[in-house]
Amino acid sequence: MFPFTPQTEDHQVHGTQNFLTDAFFSYRMRWKRRRLLVRSLRRRKEITRAVERQIPKAGVLIFSTMRNEMVRLEHWLAYYRALGVAHFLVVDNASDDGTAEYLADQSDVSLWMTPESYKASRFGVDWLSCLQMKYGVGRWCLTVDADELLVYPESDDRGLDDLTAHLDATGRDAFGALMLDMYPKGPVGQAQYETGTDPIQTVPWFDPDNYRAKLHPVFGNLWIQGGVRDRVFFGSQPERSPTLNKTPLVKWRRGYAYVTSTHQILPRRLNKVFDLGDQTNVSGVLLHTKFLPNIGEKSAEELSRAQHFENSDLYQPYYNALIDDPDLWFEGSAYYEGTAQLEALGLMTRGTWG
Amino acid sequence: MNVGVVILVHNAFDRAEQVVRHWSAGGCPVVIHVDKNVKRAAHDDFVKSLADVPNVLFSKRHRCEWGTWGLVAASQSASAMMLAKFPDVRHVFLASGSCLPLRPIKDLQVYLAKRPRTDFIESATTADVPWTQGGLDFERFTLRFPFSWRKHRFLFDRYVEFQRRFKMFRRVPEGIVPHMGSQWWCLTRQTLSAILEDPDRKVYDTYFRRVWIPDESYFQTLVRLYSQSIESRSLTLSKFDYQGKPHIFYDDHLQLLRRSDCFVARKIWPDANRLYDNFLNEEYPLKGAEPNPGKIDRIFSKAVERRTRGRAGLFMQSRLPRPGHENGFTSSPYSVFEGFSELFEDFEPWLARMTGTRVHGHLYAKDGVEFEGRQTTFSGALCDNPKLRDHHAQLFLVNLIWNTRGERQCFQFGPNDSQHVSWDLAKDPNAQISVISGAWAIPLFQSNRNFSDIRADAAELQRLESEHLNALRSPFVKARIRIWTLAEFIETPMEALQTVLDEMGAKNLRRVTEAPKMADLTGFGQFLQNLKNQGMHPYLMGDFPADNVSVNERPTRRKPYLVR
Repeated sequence: MFPFTPQTEDHQVHGTQNFLTDAFFSYRMRWKRRRLLVRSLRRRKEITRAVERQIPKAGVLIFSTMRNEMVRLEHWLAYYRALGVAHFLVVDNASDDGTAEYLADQSDVSLWMTPESYKASRFGVDWLSCLQMKYGVGRWCLTVDADELLVYPESDDRGLDDLTAHLDATGRDAFGALMLDMYPKGPVGQAQYETGTDPIQTVPWFDPDNYRAKLHPVFGNLWIQGGVRDRVFFGSQPERSPTLNKTPLVKWRRGYAYVTSTHQILPRRLNKVFDLGDQTNVSGVLLHTKFLPNIGEKSAEELSRAQHFENSDLYQPYYNALIDDPDLWFEGSAYYEGTAQLEALGLMTRGTWG
Repeated sequence: MNVGVVILVHNAFDRAEQVVRHWSAGGCPVVIHVDKNVKRAAHDDFVKSLADVPNVLFSKRHRCEWGTWGLVAASQSASAMMLAKFPDVRHVFLASGSCLPLRPIKDLQVYLAKRPRTDFIESATTADVPWTQGGLDFERFTLRFPFSWRKHRFLFDRYVEFQRRFKMFRRVPEGIVPHMGSQWWCLTRQTLSAILEDPDRKVYDTYFRRVWIPDESYFQTLVRLYSQSIESRSLTLSKFDYQGKPHIFYDDHLQLLRRSDCFVARKIWPDANRLYDNFLNEEYPLKGAEPNPGKIDRIFSKAVERRTRGRAGLFMQSRLPRPGHENGFTSSPYSVFEGFSELFEDFEPWLARMTGTRVHGHLYAKDGVEFEGRQTTFSGALCDNPKLRDHHAQLFLVNLIWNTRGERQCFQFGPNDSQHVSWDLAKDPNAQISVISGAWAIPLFQSNRNFSDIRADAAELQRLESEHLNALRSPFVKARIRIWTLAEFIETPMEALQTVLDEMGAKNLRRVTEAPKMADLTGFGQFLQNLKNQGMHPYLMGDFPADNVSVNERPTRRKPYLVR
């Protein structure tokens, strides 16, 4: 995954001592970024435009890749509309449950289709990079999956435009969020979910605080792992457990490139959504509704398609465990009550955003 | 007698229009200054939209940029117009387009009518207040600032350096003492006209034109020359964050603003519909109360402090402090016991009984985390898997302490455990570490194993513990540390235990009455001698006589005779 000699953390901190190494490292990173961009551009033919609507001149744009997300879609669209998203730009990866048709009917969705490999396009990042390059430049772009709902301090009252105005005013062009895996009480497959309702009602539990973070040696982002998947599935190989930090909201400029999903972005400067000093920056949480009752079927499908993660084989036990309908809940799980709770737990903060 | 309002507008015209209509409906004449940077079309639309409102005038436009003279010029010409055109105005209130009246206009009018000679303007000398951000306090009056801080930061900084280097200081005009304060004021006609019609105004204007952020000092300084009675506070509620940027109020601040009893607040976020609907449309009863920003102040200053200092012991996605900058590695005090559970057979339950704290086993044991009661998951969903723990041993401890805030944690530690946190414990001021060095030999002594294996283990454990003790004795230590050798400890075990418990600050400070059961050490001295005879010198346990030691039991206390 990381073709570079990892730099030590010390190196990051005392960067000035090693000016030449630093400059050389930046130079390599620049080339990596260019390679990623070229790679995306070469794949621009893979997606074909299905529906393109007039995109409003102002407001936050959502970029997303999805496949067979009919279950979540209705609520997902409604949720982000309520946050004040201006337009959705979606790439549909060969859905067969009506996702594409449903999206095509929405007045604020522009739709692209592709039958190509999700894995070969770096999990959709290549496709979305093309769209971001064309439509996102100079605007705030939110890149989220269909199972991610963004919350941030006071997000019930304050729209995304309020947030981006604050970020603009404080001179920042990226916003970090922690992925919080939500799960139900009892076996995952037994929970009841009705399409269109709030999935958080079905999967309201989460692990309050077993997250560990370090500086990523290459990209300089905060590398957070932990949570329920770590606790239940990845105990024997913690280094493989899922990465939970994301930088989903970015004021896009030509030449930006996501590296792995939205976990890392180049140039590295954008990964600095956290503060190394003593202050905190405003941050959010992505409520991850992966563990809806249909997870078993989805995992079985993923297992046969082998389209997820770099080394799909390594994740076989994980998918098998999911198909076995596990119970993720335990007495210490926290019940989701709202943004104030997440702030009190220290999972996100409002920084200077009064 | 009336209040006239001067409003400086540069954006969000629809909101400004709403507020102007509100002021006007309350019977206040309004003079509006529109920033010259605003496009002509937008300006014309704005003027047109207010054409039907009585007593609204537009003043000469100036180019306003933050921190420059334009804002003062704008206030000057607008308030001069106000004084000339509306002769019955007694107080002039300076507001911006993003100011929102929180109380009925009538309330403000009555309040000011009762104080006909009072000028409300925050005005303090730079020496006495810590407000200024960025190192320019008195220098803002003695240097020149021809370059824009926003647009030409580089030139701005270099020119400041240049002037400092060559000591090119300006002289403050005769007769004035620089004061500064919030730029939102409310002045009486007498004072304001005295400032505007001052024969020396040219001198002052020339001087302040090159002062840094003159809108916070021009009126604040000159008012000291003329005012009969200055109330040094602003009627406008405004809050600043630690960087000196104004806080913006959103819909969720509604209750807070309502309770503040302030007349006007800024800055209001233009899309805060609920705030505008509430304060502009609803009829609030006249209160006649004094503004009470104290509550808001307290809430905000607490938040500001938390933001600038960071919450101790909280590491999170937007906060990964550099080592040494973390304002506390952990969030609250905890105790680490090394060697106690080896020496005493029932140490953990005994400690829990005596102190009422949460007592864990060896949290860093190599074969699994020993949470209290050997639970598999602990609060915060921490899990007993040693691999997950060792993947980031520091954050494991930080999370554990943060998750159980409000309850003291105790745990065992020793050379048998994984040693990743050895240094972090030593450097953490929240840690209270009590060590009985060499106690690791007791389980070896009791074990039923081949002596050569025991000897190898003993050598390794001694090496690990001595490394750990080096950390505990280094000059970087911040933890509270007590180290006994095993031999020292068993001389006076009860006194030592009492000291440790006293230091923990347990709530029920009683004398330790009940002792934990000590392991049987008969033959231990010989065991150590055997190790020595094999060439492995155990030194960490102190001087143990080779013959059977008689462990000193606590001396029976006899009741003292009272001699009267």
